[in-house]
This record gives sequence, structure tokens and C-alpha cells, in this order.
Amino acid sequence: MATQEMGAGETRPPATAPPGGSRREGLAQASARIPFRLKVGVVWLFIFVILGVLFALADFNIEWMRDHASFIVKGLRFTIQIAVLAIILAILLALLGALGRLSRNPIAYGVSGFYTSFFRGTPLIVQLFLIAFAVPQVIGNLGLPLNLKNALTLESSVAGVIALGLNYGAYMTEIFRAGIQSVGHGQAEAADALGMTYGQKMKRVVLPQAFRVIIPPTGNEFIAMMKDTALVSFIGISATEAEIFRRAQLVGNADFQPLEAFLLAAGMYWGLTAVFTFFQSRLERRISKGYVRGGPTGGKKTKVVGTSRGDGGLPAVFEEDVAGPELKGQGH
Amino acid sequence: MSDGGNGEDVVKVENLHKSFGDLEVLKGIDMEVDKGEVVVIFGRSGSGKSTLLRCVNFLEDPTSGTIEVSGLRLEGGHRTKGKREQVRQLRIKVGMVFQQFNLFPNMTVIGNVIEGPVTVKDARSMGLDLLAKVGLSDKAEEYPIRLSGGQQQRVAIARALAMEPEVMLFDEPTSALDPELIGEVLTVMKSLATDLHMTMMVVTHEMGFAREVANRMMFFHEGIILEQGTPDEMINHTKYPETKKFFEAVI
Repeated sequence: MATQEMGAGETRPPATAPPGGSRREGLAQASARIPFRLKVGVVWLFIFVILGVLFALADFNIEWMRDHASFIVKGLRFTIQIAVLAIILAILLALLGALGRLSRNPIAYGVSGFYTSFFRGTPLIVQLFLIAFAVPQVIGNLGLPLNLKNALTLESSVAGVIALGLNYGAYMTEIFRAGIQSVGHGQAEAADALGMTYGQKMKRVVLPQAFRVIIPPTGNEFIAMMKDTALVSFIGISATEAEIFRRAQLVGNADFQPLEAFLLAAGMYWGLTAVFTFFQSRLERRISKGYVRGGPTGGKKTKVVGTSRGDGGLPAVFEEDVAGPELKGQGH
Repeated sequence: MSDGGNGEDVVKVENLHKSFGDLEVLKGIDMEVDKGEVVVIFGRSGSGKSTLLRCVNFLEDPTSGTIEVSGLRLEGGHRTKGKREQVRQLRIKVGMVFQQFNLFPNMTVIGNVIEGPVTVKDARSMGLDLLAKVGLSDKAEEYPIRLSGGQQQRVAIARALAMEPEVMLFDEPTSALDPELIGEVLTVMKSLATDLHMTMMVVTHEMGFAREVANRMMFFHEGIILEQGTPDEMINHTKYPETKKFFEAVI
């Protein structure tokens, strides 16, 4: 093993017994031979075993889980549906909000200021209840004709989408504003000097560069929002259109199996976020194209992903293809 | 030297004033640049030389005065909606090279070069020709971040040339470069002057460049053109102590 350069002095002679002869040093030496990642894996395994024991003590009913998993899984579709519609609404609101915050027009600036202040200053669950239960009261007392009143009466799932969209849009306004402001002034000037119109400048130069800054945190907001869709269960969506958590509550409460039901729900959320986090990191790498100053191999960046602190092993170093597939095969 | 009114003026500046708040940076500039002329503008920082250049293509709106570029005449003052399009038309006639290059990092080198209002049918082959002129044919598909400062500035020059401008403005084009990279940019600029007979206004302190290719040098001092003349007149026989002091500082 090439541990010598790593400076772990005591572990240098691997074959002979340590001069001190203490058990501690012997253990340290044995530990040095085990890869860091393997140790981490063992830790995870250990946590799962403890949880498994605890569940077993709680009379964990795996058959019940198997029987009811399909009912809860059907909520996946509605969870994703709510999250996708809400993030679309949030992106639109964030773009408008950011342009408002950057505007010199007092109306645009004032409205966007009120919007971000209120929706960032109050809890999401309160906003959800306001939109689902308080807004109908306002609409009901406006003296509108009955058919218009009916049209404005929101279904629970629609109210959920609107509340999530408004709330996340308010937070994402700051992301969008910072993204647009992150594009250097010189870029806009260069576009002006080339005789571009305002629209061309925004579309070809400013926004593409702003989106590079905006997209990664937006992906994170989407992942966070997928978990917050669980809050929509509190405004009473009908069982047929219920998302994951509402379904878990329905069957879990009916059969007095909360552990199994909520564990299933937690597992599904966890799986969802794992999948989207994977795509998120791929996306981030793709859009860093043109911003990574690669070496002569082109687009490759050496990234230290983990170091083995003091245990004498080599740090785990990978080569990651930072530039993504488009740059492959272009010799430099 | 420019004698004005001979119909050959590419750029004509009349009584140009520019203030930033209470600070008057330009205090009445009058100048003409003839077709094919290379004018080097120099002076201390804050003397208004960069502001003049930025006013010529309305990156700054002049407070008052007139700018004329090959027949298109625009007044200073507030930019109204109707004036915006005229400003754009004027900018298409003017190529600008910035101190910080300002290449678009989200586009390849060739993408940068043909991003402007290119009129010819085969923009790409024209772009490649221009890259060959600045010695960067092999970098067409690279992204700007992978180029050295000198290479980026040469791409920026090619990008400005792609508009087929009537006049090129250089705003301290070598000031942000490491010393060993300045030469390659100056070489390209010299070839624009000698081979293409490009009309150029260059804000720079590169006196070697001025001596070699400038037809005229202008010394800016506190918002006015204190003195102008041929490189020989200016460098060797200056009349003003301010100019002399400046040369002593930079050479």
C-alpha cells in the first residue's frame, strides 16, 4: 500500500508488530487498511439494523405494508403533479417578481415587494389554509353572480398548487433577481455595442447567463417542494386524488398501522428526492459548460470527493467529466 | 490632420458635454476623425478619454452636444423612445473593443464573432476568415474561458470587425493584459491600421503603438483636449507642461 507519503508515521511498517505493542495502535493500523467508503457503508448498515430492531420490537407488520403499498404508490402521480404545476407557477411568479424588484416603476416595485414580504413572512401551512378556506369567504361576500362564484371556488388540489406556487415563487424571486444581477454589466454593454435590441440582449446574452445561476437553486427548490406537497393533505383532498401522505394517513389511521403507513410514505419521498437529486447534479454539470477552464484533456476536472482523515489511506480521487457529453471527442 | 467639412469625416463630435451628477467629465469636446485615420487618445485617469469613447456609441448618453458617425447625426440629452432605434443604428456602424474583453461566455469563439448584426450570407465562413486574421483559426469551437487574455481580446476585435464598422473604438484594450500578452493584441491592431486602413479611435498608453501607427495623438486633461498633433509633435515637441509631465510618468 502506498501509505508512506500520507505521513501517517506510526503505520509505516505494515508487516511487523507496532513497537509500542499497545492494542490501540494495532487497531489504528488495521483500520488504515480498510477503505473509507467501506467504513461509511458499515455505519449506514448499522443504523438500518438498529432501526430494524426497533421496528421489530414495535410489531412491524410487513404484510400489511405489502398489501397497502400499491394504494399509497398511486399517490405518487398526484404528488408529482402538484409539485410540477406549482413549480411552473413559482417560476413564472419569480421571473415577474425579480423583474419587479429590478424595476424603477413604483407599481411594479411595490407589488413585488408586498408579494415577497408577505409570502416569505408567513408560514406555508397558514397560506395554504388562507387560500383553501379564507379566500372562499372573501369571494362569497363579493356579491358575484352564482356561476362566477362557482368558477372561483377552488378545488383543494388547485388551492394547494396555488399556495405552493405563491410561496415558492416568493423565495425564488430572490434567486431570479440575484441570477439576473450576477450577469456582469460588461455583458450588457457588449451586447449594446453590437447593436442588439433590448429583447435580443436579454434573450441571447443576459438571460442564458442568468439561467446558469438560476437553474441549480431552482432544482433544489423543486426537490424541497416535492416534500412540502405533503402539507396539501391538510386541506382535505378527496381519497381518489390524494397524494402520498394523505393516502398514508387514510390507510394508516383506518387500520391503526401508523408506523408502516408513514414509513412507506417516507420511503417514497426519500426515493423521489434521491432520483431528482441525481438528475439535478447531472444538470448542474451540463450547464457549467463554457465556464470550466479545463486542462489539455478537455472538460475533465479532478475532484477530491473524500479524504481519509488521519487513517493513512489515500484520498479518494475521481476524474469527473464536468463538461458533459457535448464536449467529448473534441481534441484540444 | 483633420480639417473638418471635407466630407471625409467618419466621426464628428461637436461641443460634447458629459456630467455624472455634479461632476463634469467632458467640458466641450470638438473633434473629427477622417476616414482611415488612427487617433490615439491619452491622458490621466479621470481626464475623460474613456467617457468620450463611450459617448461616441452612446454607451453613455452625452449631456449635450452632437455625435455624428458617417452621416448619422444624433443629439445628446435624454434618450427618448424614438431615439433608441437611432442609437442602435449608429452602434451598428461602430465597433467597440473593451478593456475587459466582454466576450459572451455562453457562446463559442465563432459564436461570439458572428453574434452581432452580420449582413453577409455565409456568416460562419466570414467569421472564420476574421479569426484567421487575428490568428485564432484553431480556436473557433473553444469557449472563451479556455483562452488567454490576449486571445480573448483578439476574439473581441474579430467580433467588432464582423459588423463591418465604419470606425473601431478601443477602450484601453491592453490594460487588463499580462505584459507578455500585450504584443499580440497590438500586432493585430497595427494590421487593422496598415492592412485594412480601418478608422480607429484608441484610448491607450502604449506609446510605441502610437508612434508607429497613429496619425494623430490627443492629450486629454480635465475634460478637454489640451493638445493634439502628430506623434512626433506630441512626444518630442510638446508645448504644455501637463503633457510633458504625463510623458515623464509613463515612459
